[in-house]
Amino acid sequence: MSETRILTPTGMLGYGYPHADFRATVEAGVDAIVVDSGSTDPGPSMLGLGDTLVTEESYARDLRPMLRAVHEFGVPLLIGSAGGAGTNAQVDGMVELIDRLAAEEGVVLRVAAVYADVPADVVHDRLHLVQPNPRGEVPTAADVDACTAIVAQMGAEPFAAILAGPDPVDVIVAGRAYDPAPYAAFLERRGVDAGVAWHVGKILECGGACAEPKGGGVLATVRADSFDLTPMSPGQACTPLSVAAHTLYEKSRPDLLPGPAGMLDLRDCTYTALDDRTVRVAGSRHEPAERATVKLEGAAVVGHRCVFIGGVRDPLLIGQLDEFLTRVEAHAGELHPELAAGDATVTFHVYGRDAVMGEREPNRDTPHEVGILGEIVAPTPALAKAICASVRIGVLHLSYPGQKATAGNLALPLNPLDNPIGPACVFALFHVIDAEGLDLFPVVHRKVGA
Amino acid sequence: MTTLAELATVVRSKNAGPYEITFDVLFDDPAVYARVRDSGVLTVARLAELYRAPESDIRICTFFEPALAFKFTILRRGFQGGPGERDTFGAAQHAPLLDIPIPD
Repeated sequence: MSETRILTPTGMLGYGYPHADFRATVEAGVDAIVVDSGSTDPGPSMLGLGDTLVTEESYARDLRPMLRAVHEFGVPLLIGSAGGAGTNAQVDGMVELIDRLAAEEGVVLRVAAVYADVPADVVHDRLHLVQPNPRGEVPTAADVDACTAIVAQMGAEPFAAILAGPDPVDVIVAGRAYDPAPYAAFLERRGVDAGVAWHVGKILECGGACAEPKGGGVLATVRADSFDLTPMSPGQACTPLSVAAHTLYEKSRPDLLPGPAGMLDLRDCTYTALDDRTVRVAGSRHEPAERATVKLEGAAVVGHRCVFIGGVRDPLLIGQLDEFLTRVEAHAGELHPELAAGDATVTFHVYGRDAVMGEREPNRDTPHEVGILGEIVAPTPALAKAICASVRIGVLHLSYPGQKATAGNLALPLNPLDNPIGPACVFALFHVIDAEGLDLFPVVHRKVGA
Repeated sequence: MTTLAELATVVRSKNAGPYEITFDVLFDDPAVYARVRDSGVLTVARLAELYRAPESDIRICTFFEPALAFKFTILRRGFQGGPGERDTFGAAQHAPLLDIPIPD
């Protein structure tokens, strides 16, 4: 039976990987290199502000060995969610970088760029078809208008259409994509069962996260009804437990994983060790969805942030910190009506007490020292800085019952004391929408390099 | 009496998208996994109490034999990465699980 070998050298383009192990694996024969470049985990700023996940130099370092493999061995490279958020601008940035790197190598590469930006009017037209998020919330028209960028997660179809199309392609640079989608497209085209194809993608998109120790890359050797996973680097192993455990990672539940094409059902999977570092997975099933859906991601700028940080060591103040901080905020609200009106916000992150878990912190012991990160968000950078200064001065100098230290309350390590850190974003859209009849994800073919 | 930290090989939390944080407790010994599962300690009610959350915020609470794992998923408050965020990746919310006592 014919087998397909897919290599993912790293769970995230730009995070680095062992180049010698990559080269050795490619020389032993692979049919495709697939790498994910995006995530919403770092928060909404990449989408809202257009920042990339890592610097261009980090992308270049990771891409060079892959592009050499593409050119030397004729192996296609599939990149999903280019640049971090997978916006059109980030796709273009990645294509430009590949152009530069190919020119440096003196080679010509055929690149297909797939775009994932969604015009706001497309979302407005279907707003009544949006599914609630896990908290039961649906976006309003105002939420859509507030977004500085909206992308849709493409499924396997755009990749499949390019792979089956008349134009030969060396590299696919895709905008926002469901992470497993490029794997599923490549494998289903080779006759692999949909359950196996999506399951391979689900595991490989995280690279060596399914290995012990985790990290680096993984090779999947895939046949119609099962697949084998082998870490790219000799010092690592895939075990039945490490692979099974990875299906839990970052997912709400371990056994039923919804995706754009349907439901991946892992309830009957088997994980068998073939040797001390290779695991065979079988029994994955995929139930196709009845209607096409697509997940939308939209980020909005909701204000501008300014922060200060300081420490409190006085037990007399730590013992009444919440009442004190409430008074500080009220005092700042008298100076800045925007704060009192709720157009600006103050959040105190009290490190050493409950900064990490907030109201969910079960340990309510009184610490001997706390750090306070004051986070102010306001409609303009100037107002954020003004409120930040007022709040910081309040924490520093307001009095409290029983106060002994009348010269100041807060140890401030930084100068300047108040530090603007730019626009604050939120995911105003992160919802599944009915996609029947929608024509998203345009493709542009071009030759780059030499 | 033993704590969960002494019995599990992995105790972790992580975002499952921007609205949920999911918790994984992994074991490397089927007998230990079965002991924790059969102790009946890891319930929706217990976890809701520990995380000071309404039980309705706990969306999944299940043992998963193929991975010798326990998993539960809890709703996030606020906007991930937005104003007032406490843990952008959701990766530091696991600590209260470590001290849960498991009967012998």
